[in-house]
Amino acid sequence: MTGGNMSHAPDEQEGGKLPADGAAEGERPTIRDERSQKRCPLDRRSFLKCALASGAALGLCELDQPLIALPSWVAPQKQDDSRFTVEAKFYEKLQGKKIKCKLCPRGCTVGDLERGYCGVRENRGGRYYTLVHSRVCAAHVDPIQKKPLFHYLPGTLAFSVATAGCNVNCKFCQNWDISQVRPEQVSADYIPPQQIAGLAKQYGCPTIAYTYSEPVVFSEYLMDAADAGHQAGIHSVVVSNGYMQEDALKTAYGKMDAVKIDLKAFSESYYRDVVAGELKPVLESLVTLRKMGKWTEIVYLVVPTLNDGDSELRGLASWIKTNLGKDVPLHFTQFHPEYLLKNLPITPVPTLERAKAIADAEGLHYVYIGNVPGHPAQNTYCPKCRRMLVERVGFTADQMLIRKGSCPFCGQPIPGIWRE
Amino acid sequence: MSAIRNGSRRDFLKKCLIGAAFLHADGGSAIRAAVEPGTAPAKSKVVIAHDAMLRGAGGTVDSRRMLNLLDQSMQALFDCDHALEAWKKLARPDETVGLKVNALGGRGLSSNLQLVEAICERLQEAGVKASGIVVWDRDSDELERAGFHVSMGGNRVQCFGTDRVDYEPELVTHGSVGSRLSRILTRRCNVLINVPVLKDHDGAGVSIALKNMYGVIHNPNKYHPNGCNPYIADLNMLPEIRARMRLTICDATMASYEGGPGYKPEYSWKNNALLISQDPVALDYTGWQIIERKRADRGLKTLEGDGRAPHYIATAADVQHRLGTNDPRKISAIAVQAGA
Repeated sequence: MTGGNMSHAPDEQEGGKLPADGAAEGERPTIRDERSQKRCPLDRRSFLKCALASGAALGLCELDQPLIALPSWVAPQKQDDSRFTVEAKFYEKLQGKKIKCKLCPRGCTVGDLERGYCGVRENRGGRYYTLVHSRVCAAHVDPIQKKPLFHYLPGTLAFSVATAGCNVNCKFCQNWDISQVRPEQVSADYIPPQQIAGLAKQYGCPTIAYTYSEPVVFSEYLMDAADAGHQAGIHSVVVSNGYMQEDALKTAYGKMDAVKIDLKAFSESYYRDVVAGELKPVLESLVTLRKMGKWTEIVYLVVPTLNDGDSELRGLASWIKTNLGKDVPLHFTQFHPEYLLKNLPITPVPTLERAKAIADAEGLHYVYIGNVPGHPAQNTYCPKCRRMLVERVGFTADQMLIRKGSCPFCGQPIPGIWRE
Repeated sequence: MSAIRNGSRRDFLKKCLIGAAFLHADGGSAIRAAVEPGTAPAKSKVVIAHDAMLRGAGGTVDSRRMLNLLDQSMQALFDCDHALEAWKKLARPDETVGLKVNALGGRGLSSNLQLVEAICERLQEAGVKASGIVVWDRDSDELERAGFHVSMGGNRVQCFGTDRVDYEPELVTHGSVGSRLSRILTRRCNVLINVPVLKDHDGAGVSIALKNMYGVIHNPNKYHPNGCNPYIADLNMLPEIRARMRLTICDATMASYEGGPGYKPEYSWKNNALLISQDPVALDYTGWQIIERKRADRGLKTLEGDGRAPHYIATAADVQHRLGTNDPRKISAIAVQAGA
């Protein structure tokens, strides 16, 4: 997988220079020591970009004003729907002006004038339309680590966009104010695919990320934007729940350079009760992505008492090892009470560490802990010699030692899409 | 004391509880209208009012006859000699009354304009200011497509969709439902009169009174799986809805028995009727039976046979919800033939 299908590599970094501002580094002398021997940090420009973007993501400062602000709870201005309305790609016409959606496993049968579960697709006279093509309700410049994608161009930025809508209803959703609304209920801008690619370039982002809400429901836009991006030398990645029918997955995510899947639990009951979805199709999507050779990372949000049992975690890790291989990165991330799940505490760090220990013991090579700034399990270590290869602080990749897709210390191949 | 002596202990407690309900009910005219002191209602009343001559020569509903049909229905439901007495029990002059119509079906299958005008007329005669009446649904464009004139401000009846004022930012939850409520409901209405349409629904089976509350929330699309069950019942449990709901006046002048919720002329019929009740579950049960009879007439399968029986009605009546009764033995269906 090293190098992946990167036909348009970002600018070459300037090697051999330490970042100028490194207050946090002083707190980690061992890291500095290691660097002094074999250092290959990010160039100064990349570091500053990431640091600023990371700060913005943490709410400390903003890289720039968000291109589009999140809803401010005033009635959105009436929008001209026609600009955003494009016939959907994945559906079947039925008798009586009904349609059957073939985008996600829900397979909604939708009568005339009705919408599917996602709320962003509407049957108009027997034809099914997406109402969110180019209808961007959130756009930000984020570090790629925030997705999180740890084995994909570390230290780079992603021009990240979302439309309204989602095909599930997770009770812990952090972005429910855009994912669980209809498009007309949230302010949005018209940003056609070519403009997205142009904005990504303008902001120094080698990648467009489709994220925040659920990109499954804006697949048509994602596909067109990915095509426009590739023509302009910009990659595309998607952050998705993977709850998608196989044909749609192959068609839409086939255009992606990397995929991050939120595997929300390893039990059908959790998917039914907390997610309003199903586990089996998500597992099938992961296998399909594997067969497609698509670089994929998995995030597992650990919710106290609901999906953090030893046997469930062991089953998860074992399934990944058997079906996807031990090199697939697995991120255990910390839950914060949100939306409809405010009665549970933040995931204790020891719980995350226990999850990681279980997955490590099952033999997975790259198990990370997320949403815990400064935790050493945010770094990438060589599975063979155990040396640290990528150090991450917050959302920045502070150093990157991987060379030609391998550990510079022992030569062990490190899978991913790396910036050489 | 004689009342205590003459009645049983159970009757006495019943009366005390009813009295307590009166004392605690904020703007408790709905309770006053539904329950006479000292007499627990044995059955839920559902008035089914017909007027075979409701439509004029052009096929449109005659306003005068509609007013008469409404009056007779209200008199039958509230057991009074004059309709105005009933309206005065429903809303005080200082209250703001929301008429939650259903405008999804365009001009063909939305809440009837003449019916809404008749309700507005009687409310004003009962003392409610014109500007204190809001005719609303989720979207202003849909209201206009259904023939309503969108109007905000001034000393006239208000008519607009939630799109003009947005939804509350905070979620409200009950059971399976977590939603943001229309600000028209929460900030403009003390009293809610539900004015749904009698129609078939491809998911829920039927869409009548309880289902019409889907137009109150920002995310109705999330609540269509499993025949909208238990979502419809859970939604109607929200205190913001229950506390305001006083009456359902279901427009059954044009109804559909198949192909809903959109308007399909081939599956719709001019029924020239109103269904009125203070028990939305009993009303939905009654409306469901009317639709089933029509389906049988047309040689269609029952909704059960079609895999979409409206199970949500039983859920709304169960012990967790108690929104009304779906037991036909506890429903008093009162037939009214207007103009006869």
